Amino acid sequence: MYTEKVMDHFQNPRNVGEIENASGVGTVGNAKCGDIMRIYLDIDDNGIIQDVKFKTFGCGAAVATSSMATELVKGKSVQEALNITNKAVMEALDGLPPVKVHCSLLAEEAIHAALWDYAEKNGLVIEGLEKPKSDIHEDEEAPEEEY
Amino acid sequence: MKRSIYLDNAATTKTAPEVVEAMLPYFTEFYGNPSSVYEFASKSKAAVSENRDIIASALGAKDKEIYFTAGGSESDNWAIKAAAEAYESKGKHIITSKIEHHAVLHTCEYLEKKGFEVTYLDVDEDGAVKLDELRKAIRPDTILITIMYANNEIGTIQPIKEIGEIAHENKILFHTDAVQAFGQIPINVDECHIDMLSASGHKLNGPKGIGFLYIRTGVKIRSFIHGGGQERSRRAGTENVPGIVGFGEAVKRAVSTMEERAAKEIELRDHLIEKVLAEVPYVRLNGHRTNRLPNNVNFSFRFVEGESLLIMMDMKGISASSGSACTSGSLDPSHVLLAIGLPHEIAHGSLRLTLCEENTVEEMDFVAEAAKEIVGKLRNMSPLYEDFVKRAAAK
Repeated sequence: MYTEKVMDHFQNPRNVGEIENASGVGTVGNAKCGDIMRIYLDIDDNGIIQDVKFKTFGCGAAVATSSMATELVKGKSVQEALNITNKAVMEALDGLPPVKVHCSLLAEEAIHAALWDYAEKNGLVIEGLEKPKSDIHEDEEAPEEEY
Repeated sequence: MKRSIYLDNAATTKTAPEVVEAMLPYFTEFYGNPSSVYEFASKSKAAVSENRDIIASALGAKDKEIYFTAGGSESDNWAIKAAAEAYESKGKHIITSKIEHHAVLHTCEYLEKKGFEVTYLDVDEDGAVKLDELRKAIRPDTILITIMYANNEIGTIQPIKEIGEIAHENKILFHTDAVQAFGQIPINVDECHIDMLSASGHKLNGPKGIGFLYIRTGVKIRSFIHGGGQERSRRAGTENVPGIVGFGEAVKRAVSTMEERAAKEIELRDHLIEKVLAEVPYVRLNGHRTNRLPNNVNFSFRFVEGESLLIMMDMKGISASSGSACTSGSLDPSHVLLAIGLPHEIAHGSLRLTLCEENTVEEMDFVAEAAKEIVGKLRNMSPLYEDFVKRAAAK
């Protein structure tokens, strides 16, 4: 069902983790639909993405698209990162099954959300960046359950 | 060498070698059409009749009450649609549960579009239908109660005898989808007041493409397929003779080994359940702890998603299934897990393991270890787990 590249990025995901005091953090998706992606960006004074990490709750495609998206933005400028589309993520993975295309959209959105956070923290306006749609908020999270 | 541990026996089972052997002559030697008059076809006709007897006696039914079909879904469709049509003049209300197989649920939804009203009963946290709610749901125009014998996802066995008694007292037809239960646990249609029962061959080491609908004598439901006189003209079409022979052989085998097999499976099942509950944190067992099918185990692991879990289990040679939305292509996780009250994200992290008597304790240990390792790995990359750990630390 998945390409070799998708399986590779799922089995050996690149850049899993967190960045402390990140320049920007974006979380998109929601637990209800079964996909949540969080991307951490470390951006230097010249607007270059020095480091990127991710955490994802989701299916194989969700993990693989997050991993590939982090690879594609690493070392890029903010503007270049903004221009990376879900299509580019999919192509880099040699394609996704049709029902999994939304995972690549989520990966694109996660990058945008992290960039938005970076812009807000620094009082910047990034040309062409819109406020991300599907950021999740604390109050939308399901109540804690004890087992 | 990579292991191969098949734990998806609720999806389908291995066709038993003796079943295949019993079927083979009916492909190449005795291939006559049971409806033909000449001597050559009499062997096929006799085989259909003998195996119908075997299946009927496994249920405490009469041979003429067994109607062969192509499988469980067809039997469910036939029972529900035909009962609705036949009893429409009495009323247009049907009672079912929220945790039925889609062959029942989608058939009920279809009938709703045709003007029928359907009550979908809630279940308790273990997945059992609440009898007082069933009683309350009954109306003067209720014509059919259709509730599964045992659930395909979480294994919970329904109080079928009590449901049958309620249906009987109220003179309402009672159909049960016994696809998962038949051949696994003892069933008697008279004791449970069952009017119609669906079953399938490939869930009990029989072949695919064969099932039956039990229809109690006196239940007047319409023919499902019009044509020749096969199956007392209610389900026309040349009989699947090899399939029927294989099904009969599988039933014979299932009945004769049931007690011993169930004991073995329960031992393996309970070993796996106890091991995983002891070794993996933030896990719950779905379905009733003991009143469940001997071979069914279903867990929800918090903070992880089912499809990822399945792929990683597969890489270790373990074949299982999940109630995660990602495996079905929809956004909603299993309706069964939602009906027992699980929040969406916990339902997404479910894993169903359905074993058979050929599995070993050592395999169960391997599976528990694999689950522990994989869940740990997935939690390390889960933002839900990260938030949970941070919240716990802040407290």
